[in-house]
Amino acid sequence: MDTINDAGIDFASITKQELDSYEGALGGLTRREFLKYCTGIAATMGLPMTAGLRIAEAAITKTRPPVIWLHGQECTGCTESMLRSYHPTLEALILDIISLDYHETLCVGAGKQAEAHKRKVMEEFHGKYVLVTEGGTPTKDGGIYCKVGGKPHVEHVREAAEGAAAIIAIGSCASWGGIQAAHPNPTGAKATYEVLPGKTVINIPGCPPNPYNFLSTVMYLLTFAKPPELDQENRPKFAYGRLIHENCERRPHFDAGRFALEFGDYGHRQGFCLYKLGCKGPETYANCPSIGFGDLGFGAWPIGTGHPCFGCTMKETGFNKPLHALADVKTFSPPTAFPAVDADKGQGMTPAAAAVAAGVGGLVVGAATTAMRNMGRSADDRDAPDNQDA
Amino acid sequence: MAQDTHQPLGGELLTKPFLFLGLLFAIAVYFLVTRFIFGLGSVTHLNGGYPWGIWVVVDVIIGTAFGCGGFAMALLVYIFNKGEYHPLMRPALLGGLFGYTLGGMAVIFDLGRYWNFYNLLLPWYAQPSSVMFEVALCVMAYILVLWIEFSPAFLERFGLTNAKRKLKRFLYIIIALGVLLPTLHQSSLGSLLLVMGSQLSPLWYTVWLPLWFLLTAIAMGYGIVILESTLVTNAFKLSSEQRILRKLSPIVGWLLAAFLVLRFLDLLARGQVAPMFAADMNALMFWIEILMFVIPTVILISPVRRIDQRQMFLAALLLLGAGSLYRINAFLVAYAPGNGWSYFPSAPELMVTIGVIALEIMLYLVFVKKLPVLHGTRPA
Repeated sequence: MDTINDAGIDFASITKQELDSYEGALGGLTRREFLKYCTGIAATMGLPMTAGLRIAEAAITKTRPPVIWLHGQECTGCTESMLRSYHPTLEALILDIISLDYHETLCVGAGKQAEAHKRKVMEEFHGKYVLVTEGGTPTKDGGIYCKVGGKPHVEHVREAAEGAAAIIAIGSCASWGGIQAAHPNPTGAKATYEVLPGKTVINIPGCPPNPYNFLSTVMYLLTFAKPPELDQENRPKFAYGRLIHENCERRPHFDAGRFALEFGDYGHRQGFCLYKLGCKGPETYANCPSIGFGDLGFGAWPIGTGHPCFGCTMKETGFNKPLHALADVKTFSPPTAFPAVDADKGQGMTPAAAAVAAGVGGLVVGAATTAMRNMGRSADDRDAPDNQDA
Repeated sequence: MAQDTHQPLGGELLTKPFLFLGLLFAIAVYFLVTRFIFGLGSVTHLNGGYPWGIWVVVDVIIGTAFGCGGFAMALLVYIFNKGEYHPLMRPALLGGLFGYTLGGMAVIFDLGRYWNFYNLLLPWYAQPSSVMFEVALCVMAYILVLWIEFSPAFLERFGLTNAKRKLKRFLYIIIALGVLLPTLHQSSLGSLLLVMGSQLSPLWYTVWLPLWFLLTAIAMGYGIVILESTLVTNAFKLSSEQRILRKLSPIVGWLLAAFLVLRFLDLLARGQVAPMFAADMNALMFWIEILMFVIPTVILISPVRRIDQRQMFLAALLLLGAGSLYRINAFLVAYAPGNGWSYFPSAPELMVTIGVIALEIMLYLVFVKKLPVLHGTRPA
């Protein structure tokens, strides 16, 4: 892990000119845009603003860390999701920031040529490259249900993990086994960490995961030469530290008891809470509501478009719990009965209330008048010694 | 100052007025039982637009301002070290005791899910930047402080002189708290309205709301001391306290004058002259309120008028009325949540508030008759 930045980068020696000279190589970003991007990455991870500069410094180092990206049992959705990231674009990432030396979807070479290059990189950069796994790993019958170059995927993974400085499992399949690991799991699919006992695997679950959670983790590794803070499931805390329910834009509807009960019903069209349609937001830890998908801004995520969350970032939820089963609410459970949606906007003054109010008013005025009539003009009439002051 | 000359009044407890008050309280209990069985909607006219009705505004916000007698007197008696006002201290504290204790109780009536109330005291649920949280804790602490401040009366009654002597040693801390806490929460009651923003009429909405609430609470505290003293000394034919009360009048009078001047300067500075003269409910209520503040101000400042016991009594009444109207206006009249919401209390809701006030007067009568609260002696 600590070898990633061993290429001898002296951060202090990087000058503004060097950053400027790099403009053309940063996927068409100007220096200003590039620094903004790096600061954005820092903000995503909750790092101080000054970390943005360190990330920028790490990102322009000439010795880009090699990345080997292995595909197992999956749909390539994670890669597709990565292809749609715009800051930076994928080409800026793989050409300028990292050196993507092996990726079955994006390789220019194919067949034996690609495999030979992978082996060469693994030898040359032993202990320095980053291994990314995408997809589940079948283990039944010697893992024969997913083979690349005539060799089971599980062997590729174990082989590549030997010399890897860091291992990242991208997507729910690589993190937990995913859809193929769900019952009855005919191929014995397992998560990356399960086939690599003793190794630290950073899990970036999601189906697909948000590309920025992956990019931010990579940038963190490059900058600080260590993984970001991880939770007990080895997920980066900056992305998986909070429940979706906590930051969901539909949360007020949950608290007020306004639920969509069927797709297309009145509540669904009004954007009410999807909890009763089986939304797993209340038990799912992910930052989806905060950063959204596809760089489209606020609301571009499953719940934002009207679909219940299915809990893809949770090992026990996504692909395992029925889609429309109610979530296990980890914060406050909704009460069984809510007050009626109030159609009555005020009953106005009733005759009885008017009578009581007038009675009180009359009583106060009457009592005050009587009291004043009964008391002398001067209290001192009754109390001679006090007269001295009058 | 011979403070140990406080004496219980004695006398018959179950008089006709007392029984009438008891009847009012019984009616309130009936509606409260209904409220706790069938919910707020069965008794009140509270709705989504007006979650605070008269139970909050009258019982709590006005009730605690009426309870500021103890605070206002403590401010004058101890802070300015005016020992001569001491005879007024205990009855004032007693008023505060009931105003606050019953106000605190009335909050429970108004809480929709009152069974969650204890969460307020759990530190891990605390939200220290909430005004409501500050008010709640502060009022609870002050109720406790008031009972300790008043406890010498109990100790004297039951002859626990030793305990009283020990209490006196640290009573000054309690008294300091008794001045600090109302300063905090009476102003915070105004801060509650700061978050309402444009839902509040510009005639009342200002950044000075907390100060206005504090100043009017002090004035109302003084008003209740005059009212209570005048009524009690006349009713029970005790020696008058007018002479010492009178000396406080100019202080409160000029305080009120400053409040009125500042209030108009603030309205001018915010350019809110037009709403003052608009032909609507807000403008009407605004001028009634101002008039009710101006009359007692004039009486209290004028050396000729404040000698007249009746005028002083009128000033006290108007002062309490003006302070109350200011609170009703700010919380209910000037507050418009929009969307067609409206609110006027229901008859049962009013009866509960009346019952709480009746209970307060009943308890006061019990206390002054049975405990050494009042200072005066019946003239021979």
